[in-house]
Amino acid sequence: MPEITADMTLDCKGLACPMPIVKTKKAIDQLDAGQVIEVQATDQGSIADIQGWAKNTGHHYLGTVEECEVLKHYIRKANPNEVNEEKKYPLIISSDELQKKLSENEKVTVIDVRETAEFAFNRIAGAVSIPLGELEHRISKLNPDDEIVVVCRTGNRSDMACQLLAGKGFKHVKNLESGMSGWNGSTINYDSQN
Amino acid sequence: MNTDANRMNMMTAKELTRIILAKEEIFILDVRNENDYNDWKIEGESVEIINIPYFDLLDGVDEALDKLPDGKKLLVVCAKEGSSKFVAEQIVDAGRTDVHYLEGGMKAWSEYLEPVKIGDLKDGGSLYQFVRIGKGCLSYMVLSKGEAAVIDTLRMTDVFEQFAKEQGVQIKHTLDTHLHADHISGGRKLAEQSGATYWLPPKDATEVTFDYEKLEEGQGITIGSTTLRIQPIYSPGHTIGSTSFIIDDQYLLTGDILFIESIGRPDLAGKAEDWVGDLRNTLYNRYKELSQDLIVLPAHFGKVTELGEGGRVMAKLSDLFLHNPGLNIQQEKDFRSAVTENLPPQPNAYQEIRQTNMGKITPSEEEQREMEIGPNRCAVHDK
Repeated sequence: MPEITADMTLDCKGLACPMPIVKTKKAIDQLDAGQVIEVQATDQGSIADIQGWAKNTGHHYLGTVEECEVLKHYIRKANPNEVNEEKKYPLIISSDELQKKLSENEKVTVIDVRETAEFAFNRIAGAVSIPLGELEHRISKLNPDDEIVVVCRTGNRSDMACQLLAGKGFKHVKNLESGMSGWNGSTINYDSQN
Repeated sequence: MNTDANRMNMMTAKELTRIILAKEEIFILDVRNENDYNDWKIEGESVEIINIPYFDLLDGVDEALDKLPDGKKLLVVCAKEGSSKFVAEQIVDAGRTDVHYLEGGMKAWSEYLEPVKIGDLKDGGSLYQFVRIGKGCLSYMVLSKGEAAVIDTLRMTDVFEQFAKEQGVQIKHTLDTHLHADHISGGRKLAEQSGATYWLPPKDATEVTFDYEKLEEGQGITIGSTTLRIQPIYSPGHTIGSTSFIIDDQYLLTGDILFIESIGRPDLAGKAEDWVGDLRNTLYNRYKELSQDLIVLPAHFGKVTELGEGGRVMAKLSDLFLHNPGLNIQQEKDFRSAVTENLPPQPNAYQEIRQTNMGKITPSEEEQREMEIGPNRCAVHDK
């Protein structure tokens, strides 16, 4: 299980509804779009409610881990003005093309630049987790000659990551079109590895 | 109800039950999440209900106010209570009156039992039905000369103990018509607590982990010093052991075999194909041979329209042969498809509930409550 880090942790243990959601709403207002909050709760009803709340507000519910009777919900704050930003990096690869490469065991490094919480709950098998914010200082661990495919949720963050890598002399970098939202191959999720 | 028009008032499940049975108008705002609401909600002929999840009302209740009729009794409902108070308070602050919240939320609603008297028995004694209005389950208590038997006891055993105490009777027997799959039986617990005997049909009890007395046809159970006999009638179909009871030659307790507007489903133990023949035989042959004047008292109702006067769920057997769609399927093959195809979803956690009723698992009170959430769905027509 990859480690999950959150930008903020909110303690709602022992609270009954509506308080976990009321507090989560207040807390998420203080985060920047794209940041992840971990909400710790003990009320079982909070699972369905936090999913419903996230769905209706547009925030991304990533998943819930239960540890010692404490539920840890992970939510990523949405950008209220989210538009499909114009992609600047020209080289893209489709979901089908990447699946073909992976199934034929081609040597390709899949780098997932989403937050660790997003990665933990749903990812492509064999992908390496390097959140976008950490890419620059972890770049020395990567080989500029490798074939690299960068993936995020929708293709925006990976577009920036591709530009960064190309600027540092990486020669064979491609952006996965539409990211995980367009990925129709198999994935690993939190449950399947436990 | 101590109603103060200008503040938020508490309403109990009992008060709500009385309102629904009296067909008084009430408007309900259910603030649970959409899935929970769609799965199961409060119903009644005089009930108007809408769903707006509380988490959509965190910034204020303006959105809700537009949809709430002014001048009608308003009840806000959630899973346990907290969120309904949170929303109701804001509605009161917005100037609305006659605003209530449901004490204990849907949890309390699911567990409330309304006792209604079905009738007197010939040689003294009486028969009561306990209507679990929120979940559609029915239990029965037969009282005779200081003794009582409880049939298809629900999990809330304290209700039966309290009622027996009020009536001055001692519970001597608890009986289950079959191994239930939609709710946790309180039969064993009530028997232990009151020093009574717990009876089960042996064919449903092959895997149980506890001692019980065998309910077998021809072997009557006596209550109140030979005054009253309960006659078991083997009537398989919903389960292989399903047993009906004739009480006082007047009443036919049909368990989950025959309901007022539907019939039992044969699939909850995973044997629909095997049991469909038994089900048809019970309904179309065995019940046909019985006195058609018997009053049918089932273990469930599916719709609030099945609730009669005062909440009673009962009908004459001859009337059911005329009007119940499940008793009017002429062709065997049509019957087979009606009870094995397009069945409603299975009750929540029904496998675990069966295991619990066999004594194989012992969930905590809270877990039992969670397992029972939702409608009963034991009839083929419960959609």
